[in-house]
Amino acid sequence: MNEEQKRTSFEAYTRRTHVIGRIVSTITLVLLVGAPFLIGSFLGAMPDLPAVGKGFLSVGLVWTVSSVVEFLVYTPMLGAGGGYLAFITGNLINMKIPCAVNARDIVGAKTGTPENEIISTLSIATSSLVTILVLALGVLLLVPLQPVLQSPVLQPAFANVVPALFGAMAYRYYRKNMKVAIAPLLVMSVLFILVPSLTGSTSFMIIPSGAIAIGIAYFFYKKQQKAEG
Amino acid sequence: MSILSKLNSAPMYLICGGIIAFVAVVCVIFLVRAYRAGIAMGIDRTRMNRVITSSATFSLLPSVGILLGVIALSGSLGTPWPWLRLSVIGALHYETQVAQAAAEQVGMSTLSAAEMTPSGFATIALLMSICIMWGMVLSVFFNKRYTQKLGRSGRSAGGGFGDLAMTAMFIGLVSAYIGSYIGGLVSGNGLFTFSGDWMPLLVVAVSGLVMAGFVYLAEKKHQAWVESFSIAGSMLVGMAAAVVVSLFV
Repeated sequence: MNEEQKRTSFEAYTRRTHVIGRIVSTITLVLLVGAPFLIGSFLGAMPDLPAVGKGFLSVGLVWTVSSVVEFLVYTPMLGAGGGYLAFITGNLINMKIPCAVNARDIVGAKTGTPENEIISTLSIATSSLVTILVLALGVLLLVPLQPVLQSPVLQPAFANVVPALFGAMAYRYYRKNMKVAIAPLLVMSVLFILVPSLTGSTSFMIIPSGAIAIGIAYFFYKKQQKAEG
Repeated sequence: MSILSKLNSAPMYLICGGIIAFVAVVCVIFLVRAYRAGIAMGIDRTRMNRVITSSATFSLLPSVGILLGVIALSGSLGTPWPWLRLSVIGALHYETQVAQAAAEQVGMSTLSAAEMTPSGFATIALLMSICIMWGMVLSVFFNKRYTQKLGRSGRSAGGGFGDLAMTAMFIGLVSAYIGSYIGGLVSGNGLFTFSGDWMPLLVVAVSGLVMAGFVYLAEKKHQAWVESFSIAGSMLVGMAAAVVVSLFV
């Protein structure tokens, strides 16, 4: 297959991905919003819509803003197929994003390339299937597994899944980009030390932290370009 | 029949399991299509297989963590609904928070089976679905336009900065979390008391060190195969360190 054929084949693939992505996202949305009504009819009581409205105003708006930010930030990382899948299957920050970035790095794919689109989709789909499988098996074995997983001895391990993930990822990313990493790490540490209540909004603090890191990366990128003439 | 028995009954498993099965099929469709497209574009099968292996091993431990979330919520919402929420669209840190807020709106003092009513459950379930659906809604309307725009700007102006920007964004993400752990240690129990939770930082340090070992093996000893297991291995040792240290402190 020559380059032109490859390009045409990839464009056809992407077009179809958008069609499938939109259809399955819409069906999933209908299923997820419809499920509480279906369950309600089984239980003999429908959702209290005014209470849903009030609840949405109290917590939903925050998550809506968070969703918009996640869409804008993560879609470029994930590409079209990976984006549709990741927003259907969730668990972005704690699993899908690091998983896709890790896969991309292992094979050395570049952001925005057709290869990255394929790698990212493979990674998110695999990750989602593993989660679905682990949860299905877990639910099946919930009764015998419960004492083991909930044993007090193991609780510190599961309470620290996210730090364990970010410790490993930090080494991988910091070691080659210390100049970019120092400032956001320092600024975030100082902010969280001075305003401890921010800990409850860590996911929002990703935005200024990321902006600082991108700003510094851009500065060094431009400097390097200038040096190379 | 108690509310919890109803929430754990066969129809509930059927409704929630059906939706999960649908999403699993969607994942398989995307996986197969991407793999075939990769072959058509000349991407080496070995590289794609490595992506699948590394993503599977990478996801195992966090998935067990997510399973714990299912278990934690199953006491008040039954098992099928948390199973659905955390298999599809949901996120561990999100579900409990929204479920709690929704419980307050329906007049419950806290999220518990003792206070749960059928209407309360249906309301909580609907609010949990609505609050987090916006990423999917945005994908339906804007994914195509957004990715096409990014593709065009990448070709014309972005140049080589796109990759660097993504790495920088990820560094920002990791820094925000590690900063929160440092803040938690220094000021978690009052400004500059240095008496907060130090365990997350210890786990970060241990898993980072183990990752350094994996990188050394991969780069200096040319054991490239360890890369597929490096994240899961580092996490496992980091989490094990938390267990061991907790036994002695």
